[in-house]
Amino acid sequence: MSEVLLQATGLRLAFGGVKAADGIDLGVMKGEFLAIIGPNGAGKTTFINMTTGYLRPNAGEISYEGQRITGMSPRAIVKRGIARSFQLPQLFLEHTVEQNVALAVASRDGIWSPLTPLLRPGYRDEARDLLERFGLTGIAETRADALNEGARKLADIAMAVALKPRLLLMDEPTSGVAASEKMDVVETLARVLRDAKVTAVFVEHDMDVVERFADRVAVWSQGRIAALGPPGEVLSDPAVQREVIGIERHA
Amino acid sequence: MRKIEPLLAILLAGAMIAAAIAAPWLRFVLTIALAKGIAVMGILLLLRAGQVSFGHALYIAFGAYTVAFLAPRFGDAMILLPLAAVGAGALGLVIGLFVTRYRQIFFGMLNLAMSMVFYSLLEKLYAITKGSDGIRVEIMPVAGQALDRITYEWTIFGIALGLAFVLGLLLRLYLASPMGEALAGIKTRETRLEFMGVPARGVLLSAYVMSAVLGGIGGALIAMTSRHVTPLLAYWTSSGELVFIAILGGAGGVLGPFLGAAGYELVRVYAAASFADAWQMILGAVLLLVILFAPGGLWGMAARAIGGRGR
Repeated sequence: MSEVLLQATGLRLAFGGVKAADGIDLGVMKGEFLAIIGPNGAGKTTFINMTTGYLRPNAGEISYEGQRITGMSPRAIVKRGIARSFQLPQLFLEHTVEQNVALAVASRDGIWSPLTPLLRPGYRDEARDLLERFGLTGIAETRADALNEGARKLADIAMAVALKPRLLLMDEPTSGVAASEKMDVVETLARVLRDAKVTAVFVEHDMDVVERFADRVAVWSQGRIAALGPPGEVLSDPAVQREVIGIERHA
Repeated sequence: MRKIEPLLAILLAGAMIAAAIAAPWLRFVLTIALAKGIAVMGILLLLRAGQVSFGHALYIAFGAYTVAFLAPRFGDAMILLPLAAVGAGALGLVIGLFVTRYRQIFFGMLNLAMSMVFYSLLEKLYAITKGSDGIRVEIMPVAGQALDRITYEWTIFGIALGLAFVLGLLLRLYLASPMGEALAGIKTRETRLEFMGVPARGVLLSAYVMSAVLGGIGGALIAMTSRHVTPLLAYWTSSGELVFIAILGGAGGVLGPFLGAAGYELVRVYAAASFADAWQMILGAVLLLVILFAPGGLWGMAARAIGGRGR
Protein backbone atom coordinates (compact mmCIF):
# COMPACT_ATOMS: atom_id res chain seq x y z
CA MET A 1 0.00 0.00 0.00
CA SER A 2 2.94 2.31 -0.59
CA GLU A 3 2.20 3.44 -4.14
CA VAL A 4 0.46 6.81 -4.47
CA LEU A 5 -2.61 6.50 -6.70
CA LEU A 6 -3.99 10.03 -6.42
CA GLN A 7 -2.01 13.09 -5.41
CA ALA A 8 -3.57 16.48 -4.69
CA THR A 9 -1.11 19.35 -4.30
CA GLY A 10 -1.91 22.86 -3.11
CA LEU A 11 -5.59 22.75 -4.10
CA ARG A 12 -7.38 26.03 -3.63
CA LEU A 13 -10.95 26.93 -4.47
CA ALA A 14 -13.09 29.75 -3.13
CA PHE A 15 -16.77 30.49 -3.63
CA GLY A 16 -16.91 34.23 -3.16
CA GLY A 17 -15.28 34.78 0.21
CA VAL A 18 -15.69 31.18 1.38
CA LYS A 19 -12.57 29.04 1.05
CA ALA A 20 -13.78 25.54 0.23
CA ALA A 21 -10.22 24.37 -0.41
CA ASP A 22 -7.35 26.29 1.14
CA GLY A 23 -4.18 24.47 0.21
CA ILE A 24 -5.12 20.78 0.20
CA ASP A 25 -2.17 18.38 -0.03
CA LEU A 26 -3.20 14.76 0.05
CA GLY A 27 -1.88 11.50 -1.34
CA VAL A 28 -4.21 8.51 -1.64
CA MET A 29 -2.38 5.18 -1.51
CA LYS A 30 -3.24 2.36 -3.85
CA GLY A 31 -5.58 -0.15 -2.19
CA GLU A 32 -6.43 1.90 0.89
CA PHE A 33 -9.77 3.00 2.26
CA LEU A 34 -9.40 6.67 3.17
CA ALA A 35 -12.15 8.32 5.18
CA ILE A 36 -12.73 12.06 5.06
CA ILE A 37 -14.43 13.51 8.10
CA GLY A 38 -15.22 17.04 9.18
CA PRO A 39 -18.08 19.40 9.89
CA ASN A 40 -20.56 20.48 7.23
CA GLY A 41 -19.11 23.15 4.96
CA ALA A 42 -15.51 22.05 5.58
CA GLY A 43 -14.97 21.34 1.87
CA LYS A 44 -15.20 17.53 1.81
CA THR A 45 -17.60 17.30 -1.11
CA THR A 46 -15.69 20.07 -2.88
CA PHE A 47 -12.60 17.82 -2.83
CA ILE A 48 -14.59 15.01 -4.47
CA ASN A 49 -16.05 17.44 -6.99
CA MET A 50 -12.59 18.74 -7.91
CA THR A 51 -11.14 15.25 -8.19
CA THR A 52 -13.94 14.06 -10.47
CA GLY A 53 -13.90 17.12 -12.74
CA TYR A 54 -17.16 18.72 -11.61
CA LEU A 55 -15.30 21.72 -10.18
CA ARG A 56 -12.04 23.21 -11.35
CA PRO A 57 -9.65 24.40 -8.62
CA ASN A 58 -8.47 28.03 -8.66
CA ALA A 59 -4.95 26.78 -7.99
CA GLY A 60 -3.13 23.53 -7.37
CA GLU A 61 -2.92 20.24 -9.16
CA ILE A 62 -4.41 16.76 -9.00
CA SER A 63 -2.58 13.84 -10.54
CA TYR A 64 -3.77 10.28 -10.89
CA GLU A 65 -1.42 7.40 -11.64
CA GLY A 66 1.21 10.05 -12.30
CA GLN A 67 -0.86 11.90 -14.91
CA ARG A 68 -2.25 15.41 -14.36
CA ILE A 69 -6.07 15.36 -14.36
CA THR A 70 -6.76 18.89 -13.08
CA GLY A 71 -9.44 20.60 -15.17
CA MET A 72 -10.34 17.49 -17.15
CA SER A 73 -14.03 16.82 -17.80
CA PRO A 74 -15.88 14.26 -15.64
CA ARG A 75 -16.09 12.02 -18.72
CA ALA A 76 -12.35 12.09 -19.33
CA ILE A 77 -11.70 11.36 -15.65
CA VAL A 78 -14.11 8.40 -15.59
CA LYS A 79 -12.33 6.95 -18.62
CA ARG A 80 -9.09 7.03 -16.62
CA GLY A 81 -10.58 4.87 -13.87
CA ILE A 82 -12.04 7.25 -11.28
CA ALA A 83 -15.73 6.87 -10.43
CA ARG A 84 -17.91 8.48 -7.81
CA SER A 85 -21.17 8.06 -5.97
CA PHE A 86 -23.25 10.95 -4.73
CA GLN A 87 -24.53 12.36 -1.46
CA LEU A 88 -27.95 12.55 -3.14
CA PRO A 89 -28.14 9.35 -5.21
CA GLN A 90 -28.15 10.10 -8.92
CA LEU A 91 -30.23 7.27 -10.35
CA PHE A 92 -32.22 7.28 -13.57
CA LEU A 93 -35.56 7.51 -11.83
CA GLU A 94 -37.76 6.09 -14.57
CA HIS A 95 -35.53 3.04 -15.04
CA THR A 96 -35.46 -0.10 -12.94
CA VAL A 97 -32.49 -0.78 -10.65
CA GLU A 98 -31.29 -3.46 -13.07
CA GLN A 99 -31.50 -1.04 -16.02
CA ASN A 100 -29.59 1.59 -14.04
CA VAL A 101 -26.72 -0.77 -13.30
CA ALA A 102 -26.82 -2.33 -16.79
CA LEU A 103 -26.55 1.15 -18.31
CA ALA A 104 -23.46 1.79 -16.20
CA VAL A 105 -22.01 -1.54 -17.35
CA ALA A 106 -22.83 -0.69 -20.98
CA SER A 107 -21.29 2.76 -20.66
CA ARG A 108 -17.84 1.13 -20.42
CA ASP A 109 -18.31 0.17 -24.09
CA GLY A 110 -19.44 3.66 -25.04
CA ILE A 111 -23.22 2.90 -25.40
CA TRP A 112 -23.11 3.68 -29.11
CA SER A 113 -24.92 0.54 -30.21
CA PRO A 114 -28.38 1.70 -31.28
CA LEU A 115 -30.01 -1.58 -32.28
CA THR A 116 -29.00 -4.16 -29.67
CA PRO A 117 -30.91 -4.26 -26.37
CA LEU A 118 -29.46 -2.86 -23.16
CA LEU A 119 -30.57 -5.96 -21.26
CA ARG A 120 -28.66 -8.34 -23.56
CA PRO A 121 -27.13 -11.35 -21.78
CA GLY A 122 -23.66 -9.84 -21.28
CA TYR A 123 -24.77 -6.59 -19.68
CA ARG A 124 -27.72 -8.10 -17.84
CA ASP A 125 -25.66 -10.93 -16.34
CA GLU A 126 -23.00 -8.54 -15.10
CA ALA A 127 -25.64 -6.18 -13.70
CA ARG A 128 -27.40 -9.06 -11.92
CA ASP A 129 -24.12 -10.33 -10.53
CA LEU A 130 -23.34 -6.90 -9.14
CA LEU A 131 -26.83 -6.51 -7.70
CA GLU A 132 -26.45 -9.87 -6.01
CA ARG A 133 -23.15 -8.83 -4.44
CA PHE A 134 -24.81 -5.66 -3.16
CA GLY A 135 -27.83 -7.61 -1.92
CA LEU A 136 -30.15 -5.79 -4.29
CA THR A 137 -31.46 -8.74 -6.30
CA GLY A 138 -34.90 -8.46 -4.71
CA ILE A 139 -35.42 -4.95 -6.04
CA ALA A 140 -33.80 -5.43 -9.47
CA GLU A 141 -37.13 -4.91 -11.24
CA THR A 142 -38.19 -1.95 -9.06
CA ARG A 143 -38.16 1.52 -10.56
CA ALA A 144 -35.57 3.77 -8.96
CA ASP A 145 -38.14 6.38 -7.96
CA ALA A 146 -39.88 3.78 -5.78
CA LEU A 147 -36.81 2.88 -3.67
CA ASN A 148 -36.13 3.87 -0.08
CA GLU A 149 -33.09 6.03 0.62
CA GLY A 150 -30.84 3.18 1.74
CA ALA A 151 -31.52 1.14 -1.38
CA ARG A 152 -30.96 4.23 -3.53
CA LYS A 153 -27.57 4.75 -1.90
CA LEU A 154 -26.48 1.19 -2.57
CA ALA A 155 -27.78 1.24 -6.15
CA ASP A 156 -25.94 4.52 -6.69
CA ILE A 157 -22.69 2.95 -5.46
CA ALA A 158 -23.36 -0.22 -7.48
CA MET A 159 -23.57 1.95 -10.60
CA ALA A 160 -20.21 3.50 -9.78
CA VAL A 161 -18.65 0.07 -9.14
CA ALA A 162 -20.11 -1.17 -12.45
CA LEU A 163 -17.75 1.25 -14.19
CA LYS A 164 -14.87 -0.92 -12.87
CA PRO A 165 -12.94 2.00 -11.39
CA ARG A 166 -9.55 1.72 -9.75
CA LEU A 167 -10.44 4.64 -7.49
CA LEU A 168 -13.94 5.18 -6.11
CA LEU A 169 -14.97 8.37 -4.32
CA MET A 170 -18.12 8.07 -2.23
CA ASP A 171 -19.93 11.02 -0.72
CA GLU A 172 -21.60 9.94 2.52
CA PRO A 173 -22.33 6.35 1.47
CA THR A 174 -24.22 5.54 4.68
CA SER A 175 -26.37 8.65 5.08
CA GLY A 176 -30.01 7.72 4.79
CA VAL A 177 -29.28 4.09 5.60
CA ALA A 178 -31.18 2.86 8.67
CA ALA A 179 -28.90 2.68 11.73
CA SER A 180 -29.67 -1.01 12.19
CA GLU A 181 -28.55 -1.78 8.62
CA LYS A 182 -25.58 0.55 8.45
CA MET A 183 -22.84 -1.87 9.47
CA ASP A 184 -24.20 -4.62 7.21
CA VAL A 185 -24.30 -2.20 4.29
CA VAL A 186 -20.74 -1.03 4.85
CA GLU A 187 -19.58 -4.60 5.40
CA THR A 188 -21.07 -5.56 2.04
CA LEU A 189 -19.60 -2.50 0.40
CA ALA A 190 -16.13 -3.08 1.83
CA ARG A 191 -16.16 -6.71 0.72
CA VAL A 192 -17.20 -5.81 -2.84
CA LEU A 193 -14.55 -3.10 -3.09
CA ARG A 194 -11.76 -5.23 -1.62
CA ASP A 195 -12.68 -8.13 -3.94
CA ALA A 196 -12.53 -5.75 -6.90
CA LYS A 197 -9.24 -4.24 -5.61
CA VAL A 198 -10.75 -0.76 -5.66
CA THR A 199 -9.12 2.07 -3.72
CA ALA A 200 -11.80 4.06 -1.91
CA VAL A 201 -12.10 7.58 -0.57
CA PHE A 202 -15.31 8.18 1.35
CA VAL A 203 -16.81 11.11 3.18
CA GLU A 204 -18.39 9.84 6.36
CA HIS A 205 -20.08 11.23 9.46
CA ASP A 206 -20.45 7.98 11.40
CA MET A 207 -17.27 7.53 13.47
CA ASP A 208 -18.04 3.85 14.14
CA VAL A 209 -18.00 3.21 10.40
CA VAL A 210 -14.78 5.20 10.03
CA GLU A 211 -13.08 3.40 12.88
CA ARG A 212 -14.02 0.00 11.56
CA PHE A 213 -13.43 0.36 7.84
CA ALA A 214 -10.94 3.16 7.16
CA ASP A 215 -7.22 2.51 6.84
CA ARG A 216 -6.56 6.24 7.26
CA VAL A 217 -8.63 9.25 8.19
CA ALA A 218 -8.28 12.80 6.89
CA VAL A 219 -9.90 15.48 9.02
CA TRP A 220 -11.19 18.45 7.02
CA SER A 221 -11.62 21.84 8.62
CA GLN A 222 -12.33 25.11 6.81
CA GLY A 223 -10.90 23.89 3.54
CA ARG A 224 -7.73 22.46 5.10
CA ILE A 225 -6.60 19.05 6.28
CA ALA A 226 -6.37 19.40 10.06
CA ALA A 227 -5.18 15.85 10.74
CA LEU A 228 -4.28 12.74 8.78
CA GLY A 229 -3.42 9.25 9.96
CA PRO A 230 -4.73 5.89 11.19
CA PRO A 231 -8.23 6.06 12.74
CA GLY A 232 -7.09 5.01 16.21
CA GLU A 233 -4.55 7.80 16.30
CA VAL A 234 -6.60 10.58 14.66
CA LEU A 235 -9.91 9.92 16.39
CA SER A 236 -8.30 9.86 19.82
CA ASP A 237 -6.67 13.27 19.26
CA PRO A 238 -8.33 15.64 21.79
CA ALA A 239 -8.43 18.51 19.29
CA VAL A 240 -10.18 16.34 16.69
CA GLN A 241 -12.55 15.01 19.32
CA ARG A 242 -13.42 18.50 20.46
CA GLU A 243 -13.60 20.32 17.14
CA VAL A 244 -14.80 17.64 14.75
CA ILE A 245 -16.28 14.64 16.45
CA GLY A 246 -18.02 16.70 19.07
CA ILE A 247 -19.63 18.82 16.40
CA GLU A 248 -20.50 15.77 14.34
CA ARG A 249 -22.19 14.00 17.21
CA HIS A 250 -24.46 16.98 17.61
CA ALA A 251 -24.93 17.63 13.85
CA MET B 1 -47.22 -4.96 -23.72
CA ARG B 2 -44.03 -4.74 -25.75
CA LYS B 3 -44.53 -8.32 -26.93
CA ILE B 4 -47.89 -7.70 -28.54
CA GLU B 5 -46.90 -4.33 -30.01
CA PRO B 6 -45.89 -5.89 -33.38
CA LEU B 7 -49.21 -7.73 -33.51
CA LEU B 8 -51.08 -4.50 -32.83
CA ALA B 9 -49.03 -2.79 -35.53
CA ILE B 10 -50.05 -5.46 -38.05
CA LEU B 11 -53.69 -5.11 -37.00
CA LEU B 12 -53.51 -1.31 -37.34
CA ALA B 13 -51.88 -1.62 -40.77
CA GLY B 14 -54.56 -4.10 -41.81
CA ALA B 15 -57.30 -1.75 -40.61
CA MET B 16 -55.74 1.13 -42.57
CA ILE B 17 -55.56 -0.93 -45.77
CA ALA B 18 -59.16 -2.11 -45.31
CA ALA B 19 -60.34 1.48 -44.72
CA ALA B 20 -58.46 2.71 -47.79
CA ILE B 21 -60.09 0.00 -49.92
CA ALA B 22 -63.59 0.54 -48.47
CA ALA B 23 -63.47 4.35 -48.79
CA PRO B 24 -60.95 5.42 -51.46
CA TRP B 25 -60.99 9.07 -50.29
CA LEU B 26 -59.54 7.86 -47.00
CA ARG B 27 -56.40 6.73 -48.84
CA PHE B 28 -55.24 10.34 -49.00
CA VAL B 29 -56.11 11.01 -45.35
CA LEU B 30 -54.37 7.87 -44.13
CA THR B 31 -51.23 8.46 -46.23
CA ILE B 32 -50.94 11.92 -44.68
CA ALA B 33 -51.56 10.35 -41.25
CA LEU B 34 -48.77 7.82 -41.85
CA ALA B 35 -46.41 10.59 -43.01
CA LYS B 36 -47.19 12.67 -39.93
CA GLY B 37 -46.90 9.58 -37.74
CA ILE B 38 -43.36 9.04 -39.06
CA ALA B 39 -42.50 12.67 -38.27
CA VAL B 40 -44.09 12.40 -34.82
CA MET B 41 -41.84 9.43 -34.03
CA GLY B 42 -39.11 12.09 -34.08
CA ILE B 43 -41.05 14.10 -31.48
CA LEU B 44 -41.41 10.94 -29.40
CA LEU B 45 -37.63 10.49 -29.49
CA LEU B 46 -37.09 13.95 -28.04
CA LEU B 47 -39.87 13.45 -25.49
CA ARG B 48 -37.96 10.44 -24.22
CA ALA B 49 -35.21 12.87 -23.26
CA GLY B 50 -37.79 15.16 -21.67
CA GLN B 51 -37.46 17.74 -24.45
CA VAL B 52 -40.27 19.17 -26.56
CA SER B 53 -39.57 20.76 -29.92
CA PHE B 54 -42.02 23.43 -31.00
CA GLY B 55 -40.33 23.74 -34.38
CA HIS B 56 -40.08 20.30 -35.94
CA ALA B 57 -42.35 21.28 -38.82
CA LEU B 58 -39.12 22.79 -40.17
CA TYR B 59 -37.93 19.32 -41.12
CA ILE B 60 -41.27 18.36 -42.63
CA ALA B 61 -41.16 21.50 -44.76
CA PHE B 62 -37.52 20.85 -45.67
CA GLY B 63 -38.34 17.31 -46.80
CA ALA B 64 -41.38 18.51 -48.73
CA TYR B 65 -39.50 21.34 -50.49
CA THR B 66 -36.61 18.98 -51.26
CA VAL B 67 -39.10 16.88 -53.22
CA ALA B 68 -40.65 19.95 -54.86
CA PHE B 69 -37.28 21.44 -55.88
CA LEU B 70 -35.60 18.24 -57.00
CA ALA B 71 -38.55 16.45 -58.63
CA PRO B 72 -37.91 18.05 -62.03
CA ARG B 73 -34.26 16.92 -61.90
CA PHE B 74 -34.48 13.53 -60.12
CA GLY B 75 -38.07 12.69 -60.89
CA ASP B 76 -38.34 9.43 -58.97
CA ALA B 77 -39.84 8.91 -55.54
CA MET B 78 -37.23 6.29 -54.66
CA ILE B 79 -34.44 8.83 -55.21
CA LEU B 80 -36.23 11.81 -53.69
CA LEU B 81 -37.15 10.08 -50.43
CA PRO B 82 -33.54 9.30 -49.43
CA LEU B 83 -32.44 12.76 -50.60
CA ALA B 84 -35.08 14.39 -48.37
CA ALA B 85 -34.05 12.17 -45.45
CA VAL B 86 -30.33 12.88 -45.83
CA GLY B 87 -30.90 16.61 -46.42
CA ALA B 88 -33.12 16.92 -43.34
CA GLY B 89 -30.60 14.93 -41.32
CA ALA B 90 -27.78 17.27 -42.40
CA LEU B 91 -29.88 20.32 -41.52
CA GLY B 92 -30.78 18.66 -38.21
CA LEU B 93 -27.09 18.16 -37.47
CA VAL B 94 -26.28 21.83 -38.09
CA ILE B 95 -29.23 23.14 -36.06
CA GLY B 96 -28.86 20.38 -33.47
CA LEU B 97 -25.27 21.37 -32.72
CA PHE B 98 -26.74 24.64 -31.47
CA VAL B 99 -30.10 23.75 -29.91
CA THR B 100 -28.91 20.65 -28.01
CA ARG B 101 -26.85 22.96 -25.81
CA TYR B 102 -30.16 24.00 -24.26
CA ARG B 103 -32.91 22.21 -22.38
CA GLN B 104 -36.61 22.50 -21.60
CA ILE B 105 -38.33 25.73 -22.65
CA PHE B 106 -35.14 27.13 -24.25
CA PHE B 107 -34.81 24.02 -26.40
CA GLY B 108 -38.45 24.24 -27.42
CA MET B 109 -38.41 27.93 -28.24
CA LEU B 110 -35.11 27.83 -30.15
CA ASN B 111 -36.57 25.14 -32.37
CA LEU B 112 -39.62 27.32 -32.86
CA ALA B 113 -37.39 30.25 -33.81
CA MET B 114 -35.48 28.13 -36.36
CA SER B 115 -38.69 26.92 -37.97
CA MET B 116 -40.07 30.47 -38.21
CA VAL B 117 -36.85 31.67 -39.84
CA PHE B 118 -37.24 28.90 -42.41
CA TYR B 119 -40.93 29.80 -42.85
CA SER B 120 -40.01 33.43 -43.51
CA LEU B 121 -37.39 32.41 -46.07
CA LEU B 122 -39.94 30.25 -47.87
CA GLU B 123 -42.41 33.15 -47.82
CA LYS B 124 -40.06 35.96 -48.84
CA LEU B 125 -37.74 34.34 -51.39
CA TYR B 126 -40.49 34.34 -53.97
CA ALA B 127 -38.20 33.97 -56.98
CA ILE B 128 -37.03 30.62 -55.66
CA THR B 129 -39.91 29.31 -53.55
CA LYS B 130 -42.94 30.94 -55.22
CA GLY B 131 -43.78 32.37 -51.81
CA SER B 132 -47.18 31.57 -50.34
CA ASP B 133 -48.37 30.28 -53.73
CA GLY B 134 -46.19 27.26 -53.12
CA ILE B 135 -44.87 24.74 -55.64
CA ARG B 136 -46.85 22.06 -57.39
CA VAL B 137 -45.44 18.52 -57.36
CA GLU B 138 -46.34 16.38 -60.36
CA ILE B 139 -47.08 12.68 -60.20
CA MET B 140 -43.65 11.08 -60.44
CA PRO B 141 -42.33 7.65 -61.38
CA VAL B 142 -41.63 5.22 -58.58
CA ALA B 143 -38.54 3.02 -59.04
CA GLY B 144 -38.53 3.92 -62.72
CA GLN B 145 -42.17 2.97 -63.26
CA ALA B 146 -44.50 5.64 -64.67
CA LEU B 147 -47.85 5.26 -62.88
CA ASP B 148 -51.40 6.51 -63.40
CA ARG B 149 -52.92 8.61 -60.61
CA ILE B 150 -54.76 5.82 -58.76
CA THR B 151 -51.79 3.42 -58.88
CA TYR B 152 -49.45 6.24 -57.85
CA GLU B 153 -51.60 7.07 -54.81
CA TRP B 154 -51.76 3.43 -53.77
CA THR B 155 -48.01 3.11 -54.25
CA ILE B 156 -47.24 6.14 -52.08
CA PHE B 157 -49.69 4.81 -49.48
CA GLY B 158 -47.85 1.46 -49.59
CA ILE B 159 -44.45 3.13 -49.30
CA ALA B 160 -45.66 5.21 -46.34
CA LEU B 161 -47.03 2.10 -44.65
CA GLY B 162 -43.84 0.12 -45.32
CA LEU B 163 -41.64 2.95 -44.07
CA ALA B 164 -43.82 3.39 -40.97
CA PHE B 165 -43.38 -0.31 -40.24
CA VAL B 166 -39.62 -0.45 -40.80
CA LEU B 167 -38.85 2.87 -39.09
CA GLY B 168 -41.15 1.99 -36.19
CA LEU B 169 -39.30 -1.31 -35.75
CA LEU B 170 -35.91 0.42 -35.86
CA LEU B 171 -37.08 3.05 -33.38
CA ARG B 172 -38.35 0.34 -31.06
CA LEU B 173 -34.96 -1.38 -31.15
CA TYR B 174 -33.21 1.94 -30.59
CA LEU B 175 -35.32 2.88 -27.56
CA ALA B 176 -34.44 -0.42 -25.84
CA SER B 177 -30.71 -0.12 -26.67
CA PRO B 178 -28.07 1.39 -24.38
CA MET B 179 -28.17 4.52 -26.55
CA GLY B 180 -31.96 4.79 -26.29
CA GLU B 181 -31.94 4.16 -22.55
CA ALA B 182 -29.20 6.77 -22.13
CA LEU B 183 -31.46 9.17 -24.06
CA ALA B 184 -34.23 8.48 -21.53
CA GLY B 185 -31.64 9.02 -18.79
CA ILE B 186 -31.24 12.64 -19.93
CA LYS B 187 -34.80 13.26 -18.72
CA THR B 188 -34.06 12.37 -15.11
CA ARG B 189 -30.29 12.40 -14.46
CA GLU B 190 -28.25 13.97 -17.20
CA THR B 191 -25.36 14.68 -14.83
CA ARG B 192 -25.02 11.00 -13.99
CA LEU B 193 -24.47 10.18 -17.65
CA GLU B 194 -21.45 12.46 -17.72
CA PHE B 195 -20.06 10.76 -14.59
CA MET B 196 -20.48 7.42 -16.39
CA GLY B 197 -18.36 8.67 -19.29
CA VAL B 198 -21.38 9.13 -21.57
CA PRO B 199 -21.62 12.42 -23.50
CA ALA B 200 -25.23 13.41 -22.81
CA ARG B 201 -25.20 16.13 -25.44
CA GLY B 202 -23.90 13.69 -28.04
CA VAL B 203 -26.70 11.27 -27.19
CA LEU B 204 -29.30 14.05 -27.52
CA LEU B 205 -27.73 15.35 -30.73
CA SER B 206 -27.84 11.92 -32.36
CA ALA B 207 -31.52 11.60 -31.37
CA TYR B 208 -32.15 15.09 -32.73
CA VAL B 209 -30.60 14.19 -36.08
CA MET B 210 -32.71 11.02 -36.20
CA SER B 211 -35.81 13.07 -35.45
CA ALA B 212 -34.89 15.46 -38.28
CA VAL B 213 -34.48 12.51 -40.67
CA LEU B 214 -37.92 11.23 -39.65
CA GLY B 215 -39.34 14.72 -40.21
CA GLY B 216 -37.72 14.88 -43.64
CA ILE B 217 -39.17 11.52 -44.66
CA GLY B 218 -42.60 12.55 -43.38
CA GLY B 219 -42.38 15.82 -45.31
CA ALA B 220 -41.33 14.08 -48.52
CA LEU B 221 -44.31 11.73 -48.25
CA ILE B 222 -46.64 14.67 -47.61
CA ALA B 223 -45.32 16.45 -50.74
CA MET B 224 -45.76 13.30 -52.83
CA THR B 225 -49.29 12.83 -51.50
CA SER B 226 -50.71 16.36 -51.42
CA ARG B 227 -48.61 17.26 -54.53
CA HIS B 228 -48.43 20.87 -53.47
CA VAL B 229 -46.05 22.41 -50.94
CA THR B 230 -46.44 25.80 -49.28
CA PRO B 231 -44.59 27.66 -46.50
CA LEU B 232 -47.45 26.76 -44.16
CA LEU B 233 -45.77 23.37 -43.74
CA ALA B 234 -43.10 25.16 -41.65
CA TYR B 235 -45.48 27.46 -39.77
CA TRP B 236 -45.58 27.21 -35.99
CA THR B 237 -49.09 25.78 -36.01
CA SER B 238 -47.77 22.82 -38.01
CA SER B 239 -45.14 22.23 -35.31
CA GLY B 240 -47.84 22.50 -32.69
CA GLU B 241 -49.83 19.92 -34.64
CA LEU B 242 -46.95 17.44 -34.29
CA VAL B 243 -46.81 17.96 -30.52
CA PHE B 244 -50.62 17.67 -30.42
CA ILE B 245 -50.45 14.32 -32.23
CA ALA B 246 -47.66 13.11 -29.94
CA ILE B 247 -49.77 13.88 -26.85
CA LEU B 248 -52.92 12.46 -28.42
CA GLY B 249 -51.15 9.24 -29.41
CA GLY B 250 -49.03 8.92 -26.28
CA ALA B 251 -45.26 8.68 -25.99
CA GLY B 252 -45.20 5.22 -24.40
CA GLY B 253 -44.64 3.21 -27.57
CA VAL B 254 -43.87 3.56 -31.27
CA LEU B 255 -47.51 2.90 -32.17
CA GLY B 256 -48.57 6.03 -30.30
CA PRO B 257 -47.59 8.48 -33.07
CA PHE B 258 -49.56 6.49 -35.66
CA LEU B 259 -52.63 6.12 -33.45
CA GLY B 260 -52.39 9.84 -32.72
CA ALA B 261 -51.89 10.83 -36.35
CA ALA B 262 -54.75 8.63 -37.60
CA GLY B 263 -57.03 9.88 -34.81
CA TYR B 264 -56.06 13.49 -35.46
CA GLU B 265 -56.57 13.36 -39.22
CA LEU B 266 -59.88 11.52 -38.97
CA VAL B 267 -61.27 13.84 -36.28
CA ARG B 268 -60.10 16.81 -38.30
CA VAL B 269 -61.66 15.59 -41.55
CA TYR B 270 -64.98 14.64 -39.98
CA ALA B 271 -65.13 17.70 -37.74
CA ALA B 272 -64.30 20.01 -40.67
CA ALA B 273 -66.98 18.36 -42.81
CA SER B 274 -69.63 18.44 -40.10
CA PHE B 275 -68.80 21.70 -38.31
CA ALA B 276 -66.88 23.85 -40.75
CA ASP B 277 -66.55 26.78 -38.35
CA ALA B 278 -65.79 24.84 -35.21
CA TRP B 279 -63.44 22.00 -36.12
CA GLN B 280 -60.49 23.52 -34.24
CA MET B 281 -62.68 23.73 -31.15
CA ILE B 282 -63.58 20.05 -31.50
CA LEU B 283 -59.89 19.12 -31.86
CA GLY B 284 -59.08 21.21 -28.79
CA ALA B 285 -61.85 19.50 -26.81
CA VAL B 286 -60.52 16.07 -27.86
CA LEU B 287 -57.02 16.99 -26.68
CA LEU B 288 -58.40 18.33 -23.41
CA LEU B 289 -60.28 15.09 -22.80
CA VAL B 290 -57.16 13.05 -23.56
CA ILE B 291 -55.01 15.11 -21.18
CA LEU B 292 -57.63 14.95 -18.42
CA PHE B 293 -58.73 11.35 -18.69
CA ALA B 294 -56.00 9.52 -20.64
CA PRO B 295 -52.62 11.15 -19.95
CA GLY B 296 -50.91 8.21 -21.66
CA GLY B 297 -52.75 9.09 -24.88
CA LEU B 298 -54.45 6.61 -27.20
CA TRP B 299 -51.53 4.20 -26.79
CA GLY B 300 -51.87 4.36 -23.02
CA MET B 301 -55.61 3.66 -23.34
CA ALA B 302 -54.93 0.71 -25.62
CA ALA B 303 -52.28 -0.59 -23.23
CA ARG B 304 -54.64 -0.35 -20.27
CA ALA B 305 -57.43 -2.06 -22.22
CA ILE B 306 -55.11 -4.96 -22.98
CA GLY B 307 -53.84 -5.01 -19.43
CA GLY B 308 -50.31 -3.65 -19.74
CA ARG B 309 -48.45 -0.43 -19.15
CA GLY B 310 -47.93 2.33 -21.66
CA ARG B 311 -44.25 1.71 -21.64
